[in-house]
Amino acid sequence: MDQKTKSILLVGVGGQGTILASKLLSNGLMQAGYDVKMSEIHGMSQRGGSVSSHIRYGGQVWSPVIETGSADLLVAFEQMEALRWLDYLKTGGKVVVNDYQIPSIPVTTGKMAYPQGILEELRRVADTLVIDAAAEARRLGNPRVMNVILLGVIVRQMALEHIDWAGIIRENVKPAFAELNIAALGAGMELL
Amino acid sequence: MKQLLTGNEAIARGAWEAGVHFASAYPGTPSTEILEALSACPELYSEWAPNEKVAMEAAIGASMAGARSIVSMKHVGMNVAADPMFTYAYMGVGGGMVAVTADEPGQHSSQNEQDNRNYARFAKIPLFEPADSQECKEMIQAAFRLSEEFDTMVLVRLTTRVCHSKSIVELGERQEVPIRPYEKNIQKFMTVPEISRKLRLRVEERTRRMAELSEVSPFNRAEYLPGSKVGVVASGMAYYYAKEAFPEGTSFLKLGFTYPLPQGLIREFCSRMEELYVVEENDPILENAIRAMGFDPKGYHFFPFSGEQTPDVLRKSLTGASYPAIPHSREQVVPRPPALCAGCPHRGVFYQLSRRKGIMIAGDIGCYTLGFAEPYQAMDFNVCMGASISAGHGAQKVFQMQPGCGTRVVSVIGDSTFFHTGINSLLEVVYNHSNTVTIILDNRITGMTGHQQNPGTGYNAMGQQATITDLEALVRACGIRQLWKVDPNDLGQVQEALDAALAVTDEPSVIITRWPCALKRFSDADRAEFPDMFPGAEAVDPGRCIGCRVCLGSGCPALSFDTTAKKAVIDPAQCLGCHICAQICPKGAIGKAR
Repeated sequence: MDQKTKSILLVGVGGQGTILASKLLSNGLMQAGYDVKMSEIHGMSQRGGSVSSHIRYGGQVWSPVIETGSADLLVAFEQMEALRWLDYLKTGGKVVVNDYQIPSIPVTTGKMAYPQGILEELRRVADTLVIDAAAEARRLGNPRVMNVILLGVIVRQMALEHIDWAGIIRENVKPAFAELNIAALGAGMELL
Repeated sequence: MKQLLTGNEAIARGAWEAGVHFASAYPGTPSTEILEALSACPELYSEWAPNEKVAMEAAIGASMAGARSIVSMKHVGMNVAADPMFTYAYMGVGGGMVAVTADEPGQHSSQNEQDNRNYARFAKIPLFEPADSQECKEMIQAAFRLSEEFDTMVLVRLTTRVCHSKSIVELGERQEVPIRPYEKNIQKFMTVPEISRKLRLRVEERTRRMAELSEVSPFNRAEYLPGSKVGVVASGMAYYYAKEAFPEGTSFLKLGFTYPLPQGLIREFCSRMEELYVVEENDPILENAIRAMGFDPKGYHFFPFSGEQTPDVLRKSLTGASYPAIPHSREQVVPRPPALCAGCPHRGVFYQLSRRKGIMIAGDIGCYTLGFAEPYQAMDFNVCMGASISAGHGAQKVFQMQPGCGTRVVSVIGDSTFFHTGINSLLEVVYNHSNTVTIILDNRITGMTGHQQNPGTGYNAMGQQATITDLEALVRACGIRQLWKVDPNDLGQVQEALDAALAVTDEPSVIITRWPCALKRFSDADRAEFPDMFPGAEAVDPGRCIGCRVCLGSGCPALSFDTTAKKAVIDPAQCLGCHICAQICPKGAIGKAR
């Protein structure tokens, strides 16, 4: 098992399910025998603010907070949030971005424009993988499983397929939604 | 068995394993989840108190009666609870008692950054500072033992990152601890001056004995590296930040039992180092103690004095730069400020307040503090829980001293905040002949911290039915005669009530708005009282919309403007049908979607 500490930053908008995705991920990593620390700031998250979950794992993890310029993987559940948190990515790190936009209040009120060309900018500066999790979620019949589809992408990207994700999902998700989420995880893994 | 727990969950787990009998709290970020986790444990009694002082006093009573008790709060809550704490510090305990404070370096959702470690020295009670969830559990257990062994209440200081970070915890079983039989003992519990003077002497002697224990505590440990001449003294989460940021070969003195301090241990560590750093969050408490011993560490004036001491922050101070970020364009990123939710019952009130001139709007603590922001800009200040009414009163008196100054004060306060410390302030307003207008925004729940029950909701922390305090009767009992009850989603009603209240110039008035928080899990009583609460999404008729954007003044996140079509658009997935925007639209272009 790789002892070196790895850092994954999940970012998005309150309500997108970053908290469940990071809970499943960190529990899976613990069961695989890693030391794991996870940090979230969620004071304002229910009110449509920008949210982030820091996940760090390895042989022994000190800080639960990722430093700027040090994330191995930045997973953005929303396009503009990828740009907002890009300072955390290390040189040579990878970006996974959901091809999905949620306008913020200055945009909806017409005071500011939602940025153009985010995906192009991300591709220009970093190794970027664009995922259409919304389309995949529609195919599975529930728009809310975008988060677990993205988790599937993370699992493949970080080579964590050996962990019993179906078991982790059954332990942490309501029984009625377990099979849907297991299918979503599988669908996410297939996108890579 | 191992489990990933947040610091808050681990505090609750530690208290549960330590056999705690009684838990009280008032919700406040980042402390709320401690009591939430405890309230799920059937082996103990848990409650939401109306405020932190009441919670502290309830825990004191439980401790005097022989139970192990815990009280938890956010940092500013401890200011409210300080009065009973300082005296119970003299009295010692019956059953063990632990107070938990959750501080906010970086002010993620707080109005200040006070360092509550100061309260330990100030009140002369022992202090623990856990760095991760395992330590949260172990220190709570140690705190209960210490409390009973040294006859003192104990303070545990968390920070946001300890509270809300998850790390691995080894779980244990609950140790049932019998409730100690109560015996009347006025020499211990009657703090009249004659007795208190004796207790004061005992406190000093107790602190001296605990200082000896601090020297050998497993929570205070030196990690010497052979040949190392660079040393870091750190406490709480700052220890892990420093482990991350300082180069290999650095020695550490990790402190977890920090009042009274292990002076001998610190002196020995510092003497062996040629270069010394202190990493702690907020005030230079350890640093000042180390300076008083004659050492010259780098700390408060070397690292930033404010905010979180995260590894990138420390690295920048140590090496001149954090790790480099990938160069990229950043000017395009649009802010994503929090907003009142779609269907929020505060929206109608702040929309109407935003249209008034000549008023000072006194704000308070809750979701509705967002009334200060765009597009409403309908708030002049906020200080602390309850201050809208009393600080508003003070301001109103001064406006009245000035001839020709017709400024009127409107104070806005939520239901839970009114129960917290608004009632005394309303008494002030009535008793001292004020003429302020107080709006109580009753959304049937404590919203901001994630929907905790309060005296107005009909349920307690354990999910049992509770007596509902009648807000209107309470307000009238305070002496208010001018009172209006309105549906905040009816803009006409809000406007009429405001007009009528502001027309009353010789006595105070109250407007109670009553409508449930859109995110609340509705009770049967809510469903009975508010039938057809959210009747379904509205839609814009593009044929009638003239693109005037007036509806955007409602500040609703479900409403946006299509700059290509020059029309307003409602997101049917977000809209709950509160009907505010439809009342604002000058062309009647918004109605129920078909």
